[in-house]
Amino acid sequence: MPERFDEPTRSLAEPGLDALPGSLPAPPLDALHARLIERAAANDLLDVAYRRLDTGLGTLLLAATPAGLVSVTFDGDDPDATLERLAATLSPRVLEAPARLDDAARALERLIGGSARSFDGALDLTLAHGFGRQVVERLREIPYGETRSYAQVAQAVGSPKAVRAVGTACRKNPLPIAVPCHRVVRSDGGIGQYAGGVEAKRLLLTIESAA
Amino acid sequence: MTRAPFDSIVAQHGARVWRVCRALLDEPDADDAWSDTFLAALEAYPGLAHDTSIEGWLVTIAHRKAIDVLRRRSGLTIGDVPDRPAPDSTVPGRARDLDLARALAQLPQRQRETVVLHHLGGLPFTEVAAVVGSSADAARRASSDGVRRLRELLGERDA
Repeated sequence: MPERFDEPTRSLAEPGLDALPGSLPAPPLDALHARLIERAAANDLLDVAYRRLDTGLGTLLLAATPAGLVSVTFDGDDPDATLERLAATLSPRVLEAPARLDDAARALERLIGGSARSFDGALDLTLAHGFGRQVVERLREIPYGETRSYAQVAQAVGSPKAVRAVGTACRKNPLPIAVPCHRVVRSDGGIGQYAGGVEAKRLLLTIESAA
Repeated sequence: MTRAPFDSIVAQHGARVWRVCRALLDEPDADDAWSDTFLAALEAYPGLAHDTSIEGWLVTIAHRKAIDVLRRRSGLTIGDVPDRPAPDSTVPGRARDLDLARALAQLPQRQRETVVLHHLGGLPFTEVAAVVGSSADAARRASSDGVRRLRELLGERDA
């Protein structure tokens, strides 16, 4: 994390350290940040905590609200766009707080490693709205190791013609892996799309069929 | 327009805010003031007016939090040099670092605050004046006197 603490830029002309003799010690930014996280959480001000997680599917970005895990994305190596989106849609009080996501991270690792059959922890489905939310609720009912077609899910939500919309809802599932959108495939046997890439989807299905 | 994730504000301004706190306070107290500053900023952040200069806003909070910490330390007279080990002259960089903090602590409070707000906090003198409750000219003079005094205190070593 230290590399993210840039030297402050001199946005205001004239004043600056250069005018002063000597300098001050370097700030202990990592320790300060850790303490800020603790105090923010204790004061109910840690609206969105996030962390990165290296997995066999790539580096994930996990985010949680006090209600539970709220977002899993596959852009842990380049998370700025997702963090901006979370700040805009949930709250700008977004802080990197890895320890607060340790349990969720372990639960996801167990799923990816094939040692758990469902996500063990609280989920916050705030980011799934309307039709997307209906689809996400159905996805949670698909049993481990099984698959459904997009058409079957469309049928299950009572909109049999909305096959394409189901595909979109799966791609926009805010909690992939934890909510098993990877278990939805094409009626013709094709694997279909996946937010984390087709290879990640194939890997998850392979793990489930072997378990 | 939406607000950037708060973490990016900490990353961008955390170092400057700490220098402001450290220049006004001893190190453990500076850490407290830094954390008080960002906690207060975190609370107010979602409602902050969009034309606010984040840097100036944070420096102003930091100054207030530092003064709060000083007031809590009622046993300490403002301007006192707290007990600390003498600078180790065999480590030039470190000795110089400690010396600036030490020298700042020897300035009269008004000089110390104006120097810190302007030179470390980056506030223009009009804003420094508003924060310390003086005219801009008085703030500029106090800062200028403070810098001259710092050079006297440290000058030979850095010349």
